[in-house]
Amino acid sequence: MAIYSTNEFKAGLKVMLDNDPCAIIENEFVKPGKGQAFNRVKIRNLKTGRVMERTFKSGESLEGADVVDVEMQYLYNDGQFRHFMVPDTFEQYQCDEKIVGDAGKWLKDQDSCTVTLWNDAPLAISPANFVELTIVETDPGVRGDTSGGGGKPATLDTGAVVRVPLFVQQGEMIKVDTRTGEYVSRVKE
Amino acid sequence: MLAEIRQFFADRSVLEVETPLLSHSIGTDPHLEFFTTEYLSPGMVCMPEACQEQARQSLFLQTSPEFAMKRLLAAGSGSIYQIGKAFRNGESGRFHNPEFTMLEWYRVGFTLPQLMDEIAELIGGLFSGQSLQETQRVSYQDVFASFTGLDALVFSSQDYCAYARESGLSEAVDICGHDHALWLDFLFSHKVQPHLGENALCMVYGYPACQSSLARINEHNRMTTDRVELFINGIELGNGYYELVDAKEQGGRFDKELAIRQQQKLPASVKDLRLIAALESGLPDCSGVAIGLDRLLMLLSGSASIDDVLSFSIHRA
Repeated sequence: MAIYSTNEFKAGLKVMLDNDPCAIIENEFVKPGKGQAFNRVKIRNLKTGRVMERTFKSGESLEGADVVDVEMQYLYNDGQFRHFMVPDTFEQYQCDEKIVGDAGKWLKDQDSCTVTLWNDAPLAISPANFVELTIVETDPGVRGDTSGGGGKPATLDTGAVVRVPLFVQQGEMIKVDTRTGEYVSRVKE
Repeated sequence: MLAEIRQFFADRSVLEVETPLLSHSIGTDPHLEFFTTEYLSPGMVCMPEACQEQARQSLFLQTSPEFAMKRLLAAGSGSIYQIGKAFRNGESGRFHNPEFTMLEWYRVGFTLPQLMDEIAELIGGLFSGQSLQETQRVSYQDVFASFTGLDALVFSSQDYCAYARESGLSEAVDICGHDHALWLDFLFSHKVQPHLGENALCMVYGYPACQSSLARINEHNRMTTDRVELFINGIELGNGYYELVDAKEQGGRFDKELAIRQQQKLPASVKDLRLIAALESGLPDCSGVAIGLDRLLMLLSGSASIDDVLSFSIHRA
């Protein structure tokens, strides 16, 4: 794998740090007029999601991490693993719930999502920014209550629970922003 | 800003000078990388490539006008100032551009405290519309101790390492090892500098002797040097010295830095023998300071990046 020196560090670069794949978020050049130059780097551990700051002496280098984001289709959950497929090649990957994490509650069969592969093994799953899901359970809305405030919890077909406005009914399909977990709109079939 | 600065020095009868940007020699500081250019004497330009090869002369773009200005001082110029470009290779970031504008001035007969008074006056005048708080003056040792609890003048590997681990900077242990100056650079720029000069000019003086550069060793405390650094809102603005006038010591420091350059396999620099000669002939007692004008303009205009105050930063130059 390629070696990257501090002057090549930029947001988005994937490198190996303490044996974990990490993504650089920010790189600031720190140098006293008369003194050693450093690079203070904000970096996200892609395995744990933790963000940390680390300082390097300018000119130091890190090994690149073989990390790629691949668009895949979510196939099914066999109870132990979730299965994904690359639509072009039909290549399949499986990953356990630990890796799927929070993304799991937004995954509906056949939907596409982004799978981050590290050395060709799934490292993380990110759902599409917006997903369309069906409400399987929610309290009936109170007729005539059109005020925007409040809302009510609704359980979706993937198991996720989101707050929806009172007028939204069971059985309807809604659009949800997966980054915030918030209701966006109803979807007309 | 430039007009105000020129007026400030005109009022004090300090002479404006210009010195060469291209020079045969260059500073030896292992932390300053320079640009090298190739000079062809007249007539050489139209000769075939192969003949040019031998006739080429390396000239360096100056990292600061310091050496040339000291030669003027030694020649009896009296107090002088210069506003000009300086070049430092490999420096680019939010606060760095490899080509930048520097204000440098020397006051003959001034001690460092006197020069610090003048710096405060100049900065105070430039920021007059922005209600800067009162200027702070702190010694390196005091300010280092107040933010880290460590003694900057006496290196204790154990204490420094323990502090780095406690404050989430454990990588410093590997980076700095037993290099006292490197530890100071690391801890000062991470833990001290960001807090200096909150909406005020903060002058830090009495740098540890291992960070003396071209400053004189303090006559009362041999562990410190008569060097001052200026900060506003955690941004380093400038660096001043009670200038070293001892040619022999200066030559020695150059040799030491050249040796370090060689050891670290850095590009070889060419010691400025003309400066040494000037010092030998006698540099008057003087103090001098250099201020990065781009950063000053950043502060005056509230800009977050040096790119905002440059016509075209290096990426677009």
